[in-house]
Amino acid sequence: MSDATANAKPEMLTTADGKPLKVALNRAQARARRKAFLLVLPLLAFILITFIAPIGQMLHQSVYNEGFTMHEDIGSGERTPIMTNIKAWFDENPAGTEPGEDAFAALHQDFLLLRELRAPGQVGTRVNYERGGSRSMFTKTARRAERMEPPYKEAFLEIDEEWTDPELWRVMRDASSAYTFNFYLAALDRTKNVDGEIVQVDENRQIYVKLFTRTLFLSVLITFLTFLLGYPIAHLLATLPLRYSNLLMIFVLLPFWTSLLVRTTSWMVLLQSQGVVNDALVGAGLLDDENRLQMMYNQIGTVVAMTHILLPFMVLPLYSVMRPINPSYVRAARSLGATSWTAFRRIYFPQTVPGIGAGALLVFILSVGYYITPALVGGADGQLISNLIAFHMQNSLNWSMAAALAALLLAGILILYWLYDRLIGIDNLKLG
Amino acid sequence: MALPNHASTLERVWHYTYLVICGLIFLFLIAPILVVIPLSFNVEPYFTFTERMLRLDPTGYSTRWYDLLLTFGMLEPDAPRDASWWADAWSNSNWINAAKNSIIVGFFSTILATGLGTVAALGLSRPEMPYRRAIMATLISPMIVPIIIVATGLFFFYSSIGMQNWGIPYLGIILAHATLGIPFVIITVTATLVGFDHSLTRAAANLGADPITTFRRVQMPLILPGVISGALFAFVTSFDEVVVVLFVGGLDEQTIPRQMWNGIREQISPAILSVATILVIISILLLTTVELLRRRSERLRGMSPS
Repeated sequence: MSDATANAKPEMLTTADGKPLKVALNRAQARARRKAFLLVLPLLAFILITFIAPIGQMLHQSVYNEGFTMHEDIGSGERTPIMTNIKAWFDENPAGTEPGEDAFAALHQDFLLLRELRAPGQVGTRVNYERGGSRSMFTKTARRAERMEPPYKEAFLEIDEEWTDPELWRVMRDASSAYTFNFYLAALDRTKNVDGEIVQVDENRQIYVKLFTRTLFLSVLITFLTFLLGYPIAHLLATLPLRYSNLLMIFVLLPFWTSLLVRTTSWMVLLQSQGVVNDALVGAGLLDDENRLQMMYNQIGTVVAMTHILLPFMVLPLYSVMRPINPSYVRAARSLGATSWTAFRRIYFPQTVPGIGAGALLVFILSVGYYITPALVGGADGQLISNLIAFHMQNSLNWSMAAALAALLLAGILILYWLYDRLIGIDNLKLG
Repeated sequence: MALPNHASTLERVWHYTYLVICGLIFLFLIAPILVVIPLSFNVEPYFTFTERMLRLDPTGYSTRWYDLLLTFGMLEPDAPRDASWWADAWSNSNWINAAKNSIIVGFFSTILATGLGTVAALGLSRPEMPYRRAIMATLISPMIVPIIIVATGLFFFYSSIGMQNWGIPYLGIILAHATLGIPFVIITVTATLVGFDHSLTRAAANLGADPITTFRRVQMPLILPGVISGALFAFVTSFDEVVVVLFVGGLDEQTIPRQMWNGIREQISPAILSVATILVIISILLLTTVELLRRRSERLRGMSPS
């Protein structure tokens, strides 16, 4: 009897139709997972097309520039490879080779094609990105290319003595391949010297690192200011009875809902030298009419307006952390003899640190990439890195440079975003 | 926050100082928004309160800038204001056209964002959802990534696929704005689904309801407040967005923010302030709606509305 039970295999649990329970359960769970995923799939596909793909394209643009290798006709869209002869010469000769007659002959062939395609400006612009003054050289040379006679080296030098500049040949060699990391180097104020080594650019041309530093500095400052202003009111909102705090909350939420342009315009109105603040100060006799404060079109304007605009993003996370804090902890500390300052410092403040982290990280992330407000009230020295990206996109038309700067900015933002997700969790992001 | 009776003098002083500081911060928050409202009625083209305004003299105030909003771009702004004048304003006034464009773009992008976002939020809030964290992070990222990067990327992307030749007006802007609005929909809808009792859907299924009926009769009423506030957020995002419009919008695709942007950059006139005032009033209305919806949602889900 006892032997029989011992030898019999433990009966497997099965469902009504005889499948093992484990298998059936796994199958059901897989089905549920699939169903949940299918609900998200359309949106994921949409984001992939309208968001991820464009950013991918931008990253590609930052390492890929066809200015020196391909010409696209604006009307017909026909694509013609250009500068092929000199590219062949570059492939045959190692870097640093002195360009001889064969190189200049190849270049001449390419210039004839450029002239035909009306493309010397495009090629010159590409070289100009890395070596100033090259664009006019290219257009000038192309104009006279048809009349050139061998020996070509002398003919080129006759047009412009710079044609043997090793720097120029280094840039052309780099540009002859469409894929390049040189835009990233430039975005970090670095360049290659004649031997292809990475060096810093001249002191007076270092702008990007300075701008990155300024962006970081201003963002830290703005984050700190929002904390300084946000903490007291979040505390007040969290300790008042709900019917009052809900009312006061309007002061935080109305700015949140108001158009960014409206808020920026308001600050322009307030901070102008003939604006409300200056008029009030002059009217109150605190300021001479001649010494009106210059608060706009400089860093003050950017900092003040951005602090105002980002303040709700600090207050809301702080509030949601402070509201559930039990007041009896502080009371207990007081009854044990702590002064109100000690009770705040040792008991209340440590409990609000997660809120500070969430708010500060969010404000910092948002301010690093800010564009509109600095563009409107920042003037020359209140510009951030985003404004420089826009400048390269719209004014200098150096798109690869814009893309490289944007990629660096994006990398920084993503690291911070990852940190935010790790520390706070995106699920805890709340709006109002 | 009431001061206890045993508080010392120092504590009393600090308490009132603290309240004053808070009052000043609230002033800092709200004053810049409210200041444009009276200034938009200024009779002079200045951005400050004139003496007549401070004396509350009615001659210091006028609605001329609102009038300018209507007439700017009209063929015959000085004609008598009859039906044909209004017809002229409706079809030619720059600001009215910008408003029409903004509403068209806002409407379609909101529909897209809300539809896709709500369905996705339903999936995301299911406990079985695989890779939930990574997917959630991806879907929220349009809110985090700087707008200039999105605009730059879209500029390259749209021109590489030749979207401007497709001949569908506003398409690029609508898709971009929908993307920017999606995080808000996801956040508000998932927030209403937090603590959603999944036995409710199972009970509905048990009672013979198919998934669509379950969604319509059980889930939808519960998440509707979240969906509507998400939609409002998405609409506001689109209604306020200027950078993408500047980068990928066609020349004739003028929206209100773009028109404002140009106005501010070129020559800021008090007409901008009257637009700002209208927008502030709209945002007050929206805030009220969202607040009412939030309370309704809390009541529906049995959370104490206090």
